Amino acid sequence: MAKLPVSPEKLITRFGPHLNFAPQEGYPGRDEPDATVKTHCCFCGMQCGIQLLVKNNRVVGFEPWMEFPFNQGRLCPKGVQRYLQDNHPDRLLHPIERVEGEGFKPVSWDHALDRTTSEIKRIQEAYGKNAFAILSGVSLTNEKSYLMGKFARVAVKTANLDYNGRLCMVSAGAGNKKAFGMDRSSNNYADLEHAEVIIVTGANVSETFPTLTHWIWRARDNGAKLIVIDPRVIPLARTADLHLPVKPGTDSALYGAMLKYLADHDMLDHDFINNHTTGFEDTLAAVQDYTLEWAETVTGIDKEKIRQAAELWGRAKTSFLLHARGIEHHSKGVENVLGCINLVLATGRIGRPYCGYGTITGQGNGQGGREHGHKCDQLPGNRDISNPEHRKYIAEVWGIPEPELPQKGLTAWELIEAIHRGEVKGLLSICFNPLISLPNNNYVREALEKLEFYVCIDFFLSETARHADLVLAGSLHEEEDGTVTTAEGRVVRIRKAVSPPGNARTDTSIILELAARLGEADKFSYENSEAIFNELRIASKGGTADYYGITYKKVEDNMGVFWPCPSEDHPGTPRLWEDKKFATPDGKAHFNPVKFREPSEVTDSEYPIVLTTGRVVSQYLSGTQTRRIGKLVGLMPEPLLEIHPELAQRYNIRQRETVRVSTRRGTGDFAANIVETIRKDTVFIPYHWPGRKSANQLTIGTLDPVSKIPEFKVCACRLEPLGVFTQPGETNAFDSI
Amino acid sequence: MEVTSYKTDMEFFVDMQRCIGCKACEMACAECETNGHESMIHVNYVERAVTIQTTVQVCMHCDDPVCAKVCPADAISKDDFGVVHTANTARCIGCSNCVMACPFGVPIKEEKYDMMMKCNMCYDRTSAGKKPMCATVCPSQALFYGTREEISRMRPNSTPVNTFIFGQQEVTTKVNIMMPKGSTHLKIH
Repeated sequence: MAKLPVSPEKLITRFGPHLNFAPQEGYPGRDEPDATVKTHCCFCGMQCGIQLLVKNNRVVGFEPWMEFPFNQGRLCPKGVQRYLQDNHPDRLLHPIERVEGEGFKPVSWDHALDRTTSEIKRIQEAYGKNAFAILSGVSLTNEKSYLMGKFARVAVKTANLDYNGRLCMVSAGAGNKKAFGMDRSSNNYADLEHAEVIIVTGANVSETFPTLTHWIWRARDNGAKLIVIDPRVIPLARTADLHLPVKPGTDSALYGAMLKYLADHDMLDHDFINNHTTGFEDTLAAVQDYTLEWAETVTGIDKEKIRQAAELWGRAKTSFLLHARGIEHHSKGVENVLGCINLVLATGRIGRPYCGYGTITGQGNGQGGREHGHKCDQLPGNRDISNPEHRKYIAEVWGIPEPELPQKGLTAWELIEAIHRGEVKGLLSICFNPLISLPNNNYVREALEKLEFYVCIDFFLSETARHADLVLAGSLHEEEDGTVTTAEGRVVRIRKAVSPPGNARTDTSIILELAARLGEADKFSYENSEAIFNELRIASKGGTADYYGITYKKVEDNMGVFWPCPSEDHPGTPRLWEDKKFATPDGKAHFNPVKFREPSEVTDSEYPIVLTTGRVVSQYLSGTQTRRIGKLVGLMPEPLLEIHPELAQRYNIRQRETVRVSTRRGTGDFAANIVETIRKDTVFIPYHWPGRKSANQLTIGTLDPVSKIPEFKVCACRLEPLGVFTQPGETNAFDSI
Repeated sequence: MEVTSYKTDMEFFVDMQRCIGCKACEMACAECETNGHESMIHVNYVERAVTIQTTVQVCMHCDDPVCAKVCPADAISKDDFGVVHTANTARCIGCSNCVMACPFGVPIKEEKYDMMMKCNMCYDRTSAGKKPMCATVCPSQALFYGTREEISRMRPNSTPVNTFIFGQQEVTTKVNIMMPKGSTHLKIH
């Protein structure tokens, strides 16, 4: 029974989002804090170092942490304002239970935990173990990510566990595993500093990873050429040496044509290709017809620009290629990633100083969270749940017979489909707001409404949590000790600054208590977060993501340690592949042939415009935290429809006019922002908002066949101006439907 | 607060080319309770319809500050380090002379306080040997606070300029803007 108990308006009145502002004179005690806690920002994969100021168990401000090597005090607006998620009026202070017609009422922890475990048991006895599913998220620490994987398999005994990393970097992970046998950015970002050429493709660095901008600008100070591939002139592209405005969904055609150009003009590293790779001939054969003229037709990029990009890339001595969700959120996300890797391998510029490649992980612990087993096909250490040896090892670590370890379960989107089919009846979620972040979210809402029981662990009542039968008041980033792994592969320490307020509990203690009530207390007994990490170290030992040699002390002493780090005397690995021994079974890097395919939905006379989605600098993911921080909301109160003036003129759309955007899945109304900084055939909407302002009402749930990532970045839409004009923030963007 | 901790070799450099418009500087500036949580630095789009270019405007701390000259209440003062301080709250009469006189458009009259407020280069931080908050957090380092030697080593393709020519008038400032290598001044017609 996961329908809303009362109207969304009533829930919003009680639980928000409300906007939190610091008092004009600042929080009391900021000048004389009890503690200055060195930790990290809770938002993106950069995990910038920051110091939180604590007074009387409240976070009252921040101070830049100048010594942390990646950001040296630098922060983005989200980082500056992050502390305002503390002391927030919307914070859940006790467990709450759905009451039909009334909303939610506070209940005791005993009642909440008892009801949760009895519902898990009831559903599993009636429908089978896998009828109860778990959705997790990678804003959780490594410890909590590991714990969720173990909890699902050992305590709940379900195969159906997946995570919001499925919407993040799974295409990159799958591509990297195919090519390198390992899923990690090959280099730390200091290698950008002297790269001669940098390609940034499908990564709005300055809005989603603002602090990474510094390293790219440093490279340019040193003479680097910057190539930005994006349908929009993103802030990073404004001064780029080359901006390639690619038509959404055609990235692999561009990379294919560039590869052919490199081969045709013999700008290849033959020694590297011959000695350290496989598959080059087949890969080249796949692109033999991909001329610059053909690529221009497909991608919409001037062929001369493509030639210049290939020339720059081909002739460089050092280089760095970065990509992110822009090329990964596609039904061919893995192929796009492989297309990029092929360009890197063809020129042999990897495993050397200032020769780098990597995906830029989006979520706070997008890297570590994807390594330790809260993913349906994975066990800790980035092990494979279908590999008998891997299963045996982890079953031993967990103290269970191997046959009792569930097999591979369904991915996040497939779980929503399974709920629709009636195969999954119960759900526990943590750190995941699928009503905002999954595509085609009307379909997601219908799924939630079909559940017999839904329990959510969260600190705020997110749009998805509104549909829960029970919400367990959990903890913020700064309320538990732990570690996360940054987008560079650097394991860093998250320090507890304050205790959860009121009757809220730490996520860890909630999970441990649920495990105990499910009869597995002996396997879920840890003194503290470090004890969980020490078990994770053993569980990861010998896996590709080997953390065995990383200890809390070592992380603290060195301000981070890069995995793999197989032994305590190992210094960690900031740069992979220096020995040219790749983690594939044959030790070689693998080229993979990539033929261009169209996206799953192309434009036609009914839906003639390309819709792409993305992010803005002031919001993080589904906005559960950042849509509650006043000044961040003030920067952009609502999502705007970016549209080129020529396209706007064709539909007679005027600046700030409300435009109804429709796709085969849904309809949303957005104010138009008419700008020349976007392709003429494409409109853009950022996705962080719910309800009537949700871009994901429109997006398509087609999955990449390998990574199962949905195709957020391209679908077909139509536009209808409504003749209505609003002021920024005038319409309520927060309502759920 | 030890005034003697002010580092006189440290200067402020602004490079519009690096600005990504993220407004981290505004957010960080507004954290200061002496500003009443208002930002004293301003980021604006130049013309969003045609470009994503933003500009960032911080007080330039003129060598001969016209804001102080035109102040009828002697509320604005320049100290020995060259920092032009925001209006003295006891003296400011909210007349807006400084708002209209400043060639860079920096001072703003805050109506709710009925007085002018502007950047004082984070005097609480800089006088304690720290960097100003905006230049500390700026993720693109469009705002840089450091020595002249550091900036010339780190950014060999550009030159700091602190001479601005407005018509017949030349204004020199404590704050520098980064211009193409070899530039000596910025002429505003």
